[in-house]
Amino acid sequence: MDKQTGLRLLTAVGAWLLFRVARLGRAGVFFSRTLYCTATPPLKLRLTVKQIWFIGWKSIGVICLMAAFSGMVLALQAYPTLKQLGSEGFLGPLVALSLIRELGPVLSALMVTGRAGSSIAAEIGIRRTNEQIDALELMGLNPLRYLVTPNLLAFLVAVPLLAAIFDVAAILGGYLVGVRLLGLNAGSYFGEMGSYVRFHDILGGLYKSASFGLLIAWVCCYKGYYTQPGSQGVSAATTQAVVNASVLILACDYFVTALVF
Amino acid sequence: MICVEEVWKSFGPQEVLRGVSLDVPPGEFMALVGLSGCGKSVLLKHVVRLMEPDRGRVLVGGRDLAALSRRELEATRSRIGYVFQNSALFDDLTVYENVAFPLRETTRLGEGEIRRKVMSELEVVGLESAEEKHPAALSGGMVRRVALARTLVRDPDIVLVDEPTTGLDPIVAGTILRLFASVHQRRHLTGILVSHDIPAIFGIVEKVAMLHEGRIVALETSAEARASRNPMLAQFVSGDPEGPIQDIQSRREPPGRTLPLEMENPVKHPGLK
Repeated sequence: MDKQTGLRLLTAVGAWLLFRVARLGRAGVFFSRTLYCTATPPLKLRLTVKQIWFIGWKSIGVICLMAAFSGMVLALQAYPTLKQLGSEGFLGPLVALSLIRELGPVLSALMVTGRAGSSIAAEIGIRRTNEQIDALELMGLNPLRYLVTPNLLAFLVAVPLLAAIFDVAAILGGYLVGVRLLGLNAGSYFGEMGSYVRFHDILGGLYKSASFGLLIAWVCCYKGYYTQPGSQGVSAATTQAVVNASVLILACDYFVTALVF
Repeated sequence: MICVEEVWKSFGPQEVLRGVSLDVPPGEFMALVGLSGCGKSVLLKHVVRLMEPDRGRVLVGGRDLAALSRRELEATRSRIGYVFQNSALFDDLTVYENVAFPLRETTRLGEGEIRRKVMSELEVVGLESAEEKHPAALSGGMVRRVALARTLVRDPDIVLVDEPTTGLDPIVAGTILRLFASVHQRRHLTGILVSHDIPAIFGIVEKVAMLHEGRIVALETSAEARASRNPMLAQFVSGDPEGPIQDIQSRREPPGRTLPLEMENPVKHPGLK
């Protein structure tokens, strides 16, 4: 490699790094401004309630369906192994702990990202493309207060609630397979669950869900807010929002697990 | 009232504005004409600091926009009405809610007073019977009229209008321009109108400026512009493909709509001010 090629390579790497750092900085500024708007009045309560309805209430059906099948598969997979060890009575705690500590928060957050996060990224992106965000600016209003803060609050409220609903539906799914199909004693399924699941587990699951909610709101709103002009820009922003949020949820899951449990 | 001094603006390697200077005195409306993509909308966005110049400065009411604090900028912007090229109405709100929005969010007026003002503006634009409709249920011309009503309801001193008749049939376009003319006549607005509707705009504005290749190449009164001796403006007015403006085939896309946001300074992005 001659000197010129080396310099060009170095320049390209430097430019790429600078671009990435600038993007990261912009995302950080966006997040801190959003937090400031969330912590200071006026809060747009009507918009927040509307978003809770959209993110939370409208996701309940699909969350219940997904949860029921997750619980059923978990019970179906775990039961034979537990039976071999003579510990089938532990099916209830196994299902409940896996769901409350891990699967409930993660799977419900991924589902909410796909259903509501993508939609919010697209909606904000279209508002950017149609100059509605500029229109808010020119009215002397802060667009973050109208478009991002209500979503942040809504995700913070809805995602933990959906995770709780997910846990209940999945435990019932596990009950259907474990008790109704495979013949485990119902008292044993629920009784052992009560002995092994601690309040700390439930609280940990809720912390996880809340942090995922914050993450989804940040990534999806940010991607929509800085979308490129045109339909391709909105489409790319939506895809990036879902992919980035999903990856970050799994990465964040590791760190929150390490911290909380 | 609006003073643009030697403004330069580039997007990457593309120089869009190259030392543009304009002066719009109070009570005067100026038409800004030029080829599609020549930077008219970019210039208009500088007047409200949605974009910032690389060089030069923009003064509104004698104050340099770049030197204003956030609060001062908001106060200046509250005196300016901006009609966007694609109207920028909020899809989730009805016509009434769209027009009432700036009053509800930026004033302490009671709902009764807001209703009176909104209905009065809707009457001016002839849409008082469409108050319950959503923008998606309106025709292109109606959407532009709602956008005008939303701009006027704040009673601005300055109005900036970006291509209000693009994509409309000649009759609807004529109606919109007549509406502008009557509003300007009654309120003596100061502003800039970006439009290709020649010669219809000559009856509305006091002056005509032509932007070409990043520079103002003609600045004449409406009467002079009708029979302009400036070869570029004369060609533009006549619509003759032959003349000093020869680069029609290689004309650029409108910069404000195609350039990525990344080209703007991320920290200075409007949403983060």
